[in-house]
Amino acid sequence: MLTLDGLRLTQGGFSLTADWTLPKGARLALIGPSGAGKSTLLAGIAGFLAPLHGRVTWDGTDLTGVPPGKRPVAMLFQDGNLLPHLTLAQNVGLGLRPDLRLTSDDRETVSSALARVGLAGLDARRPAALSGGQQSRAALARVLVMRRPILLLDEPFAALGPALRAEMLDLVSAVLGETGATLLMVTHEPEDAARITDLISVVASGRAERPVPTQEALDNPGPELGAYLGR
Amino acid sequence: MLRLGGAAALLVAALILAPLAAVLWRAGGAGWPGPADWAALRFTLLQASLSAILSAAFAIPVARALARRRFAGRAALITLMGAPFILPVIVAIAGLLTIFGRNGLVNSALEALGLPPIDIFGLHGVLLAHVFFNLPLAVRLLLEGWRAIPAEHFRLAAQLDLPPATIFRTLEWPMLRARLPGICAVIFAICLSSFATVLILGGGPAATNVELAIYQAFTFDFDLGRAAVLSALQLVIVAAAAVLALILAGNGTAAPGLDRLVQRWDGAGGLRLWDAAVLTLAAAFVALPIALVLGRGAASVLSLPVSIWMAAGVSLLVALASAAISVLLALALALPRRRRFEAVGLMTLAASPLVLGTGLFLLIRPFTFPGNHVLAITALVNAAMALPFVLRSLSPEIRQIEATYGRLSDSLGLGGWHRFRWLLLPRLRRPLGFATGLAAALSMGDLGVIALFPPPEAATLPLEIYRLLGAYRTEAAAGASLILTALSFGLFLLFDRMGRHADT
Repeated sequence: MLTLDGLRLTQGGFSLTADWTLPKGARLALIGPSGAGKSTLLAGIAGFLAPLHGRVTWDGTDLTGVPPGKRPVAMLFQDGNLLPHLTLAQNVGLGLRPDLRLTSDDRETVSSALARVGLAGLDARRPAALSGGQQSRAALARVLVMRRPILLLDEPFAALGPALRAEMLDLVSAVLGETGATLLMVTHEPEDAARITDLISVVASGRAERPVPTQEALDNPGPELGAYLGR
Repeated sequence: MLRLGGAAALLVAALILAPLAAVLWRAGGAGWPGPADWAALRFTLLQASLSAILSAAFAIPVARALARRRFAGRAALITLMGAPFILPVIVAIAGLLTIFGRNGLVNSALEALGLPPIDIFGLHGVLLAHVFFNLPLAVRLLLEGWRAIPAEHFRLAAQLDLPPATIFRTLEWPMLRARLPGICAVIFAICLSSFATVLILGGGPAATNVELAIYQAFTFDFDLGRAAVLSALQLVIVAAAAVLALILAGNGTAAPGLDRLVQRWDGAGGLRLWDAAVLTLAAAFVALPIALVLGRGAASVLSLPVSIWMAAGVSLLVALASAAISVLLALALALPRRRRFEAVGLMTLAASPLVLGTGLFLLIRPFTFPGNHVLAITALVNAAMALPFVLRSLSPEIRQIEATYGRLSDSLGLGGWHRFRWLLLPRLRRPLGFATGLAAALSMGDLGVIALFPPPEAATLPLEIYRLLGAYRTEAAAGASLILTALSFGLFLLFDRMGRHADT
């Protein structure tokens, strides 16, 4: 269970509050206007931003002061998810061992993760030799091997077209099915939220609202979500 | 990483501050500067001011012509303008002597015409050499300024059919007014610490700068107190000039970079001839001395004495050691994500080689004879002198890598050595190669602190050339200059290429 306990994050004069819990295995979409603080909230959970007040806990463990790499969190960013000078196998391998001293078992795991996301046999390729969609798949393969219980997506598929994005979301859904991880994803698109999440938190006016069931929220949006959706 | 940075910062601070403290401490007991010292100070400030003004003034028409002309060989000409930075000072002076020296080309021509000979020694000779080194630098920095003028403005000027004089007043002069003070300040600061040039072309009561006076106090009088007083004087003016240059030049002017082409429509007709003449003169001024000394050297390079080849070996080792020290220190200073360590690296801007050398001499002397460690001292001082340049090429890249991949690496738990090995090193190869090459080349060509305690054997190559020039063995000096130039540029190109080719 992820708990945001009286959390208040500030970044450059802008401030965001959140005070709610998310059950294990939930899939949450953070939706709202640009600059409302969706990415700020993810940065706070991932440990890039220390809270001004309150704390983030996971299963009762306080994460305050835990560095990003030691948190139970895997994160995909808007861009720069792969290191261009490393092969796909090395990029995925970083998720297993940051020192890249991979055993043959590890290499096996990496190869099968790449195969799982549809990149079988491309282990030795560099990211530059891949399409945008393939790069997203490789990043997801790393999420797969990291086996961290929380997955944060900060619009990693924003640069892809609608069909490819839907494909990636389905792949995320499948990965979550295998790892049982809890998902928090930032999105601008109600369809994306409806496609793979069961909960929505509207982020607006300096506040991330308590999560509500996705379909319900989209069918009967409150004033903030209604304004965002233009209804 | 933080602890490593702290240790390196401490080491650099100790390396710079301890010798300076030693100098100041020794100077404290040695009394006030005498009339000769004040004369040296006046000459230092005079020649540095004139060098800065002349270099910048001559650079304006050259940079303007380069900015508005497109021609075959333009890129080569810009590259040539970068050459004097790596070219060993002693080689350039040997080159200038083959043209303007007692038996140089100019005097031979004058003699043939029955005219009296000119004399290169004195203030004007020093200025000539300083303009040779700094005119190209000023041209490159000014060219940056021209490139920073938006192409749209020139398009608009062409649309309005503005005459060249109006273009100059409305577009170019504001840029020049903003950049010239910084450029002058940089050249002024560089020329304050000029040693080899003044050692050879200056001298005498009328043309001795503070660096040369330190050297003379050391080698002729062995008056350590006076050397320390002069060093303290030099420290004050160089530190002040460095601060001034950093303030005036800001961050934008010191990194000549991309050659973006701006299409220009102005400057047809007579201006074409003017620009062609300016560029031809500038190219000849920079290329001719180098070409002459190297061409002459080719004839004698095979008959050089063994001692020259041994000196080349010594110089090579010192250069490699110096580059390694400089790059390791710069990495340790720039890698920690807190930037306060980096400022420590800039402290070396305040110290000149001879001041550092004097300080190190004073520090070491109670324990051992400094002359036995002259090569180690030289490598150390050269590393300190190259440090600001090395930091300058590595630090922005490291910030860029951290800005792009820092969070990803954090979330993967990629830290410490592994972060260096898998994230930074692969992406830093290009600037690392460049910086290593630069540091090695600068050390290779250095004739500074080694002259303070010249070892009877195992001298460096620049010192050997200085000795040959002093003995009027110009043929051998030219041959050794060829070797030195080849090694300096060879080292730079080798490391730079290694960095580029490792790039993925």
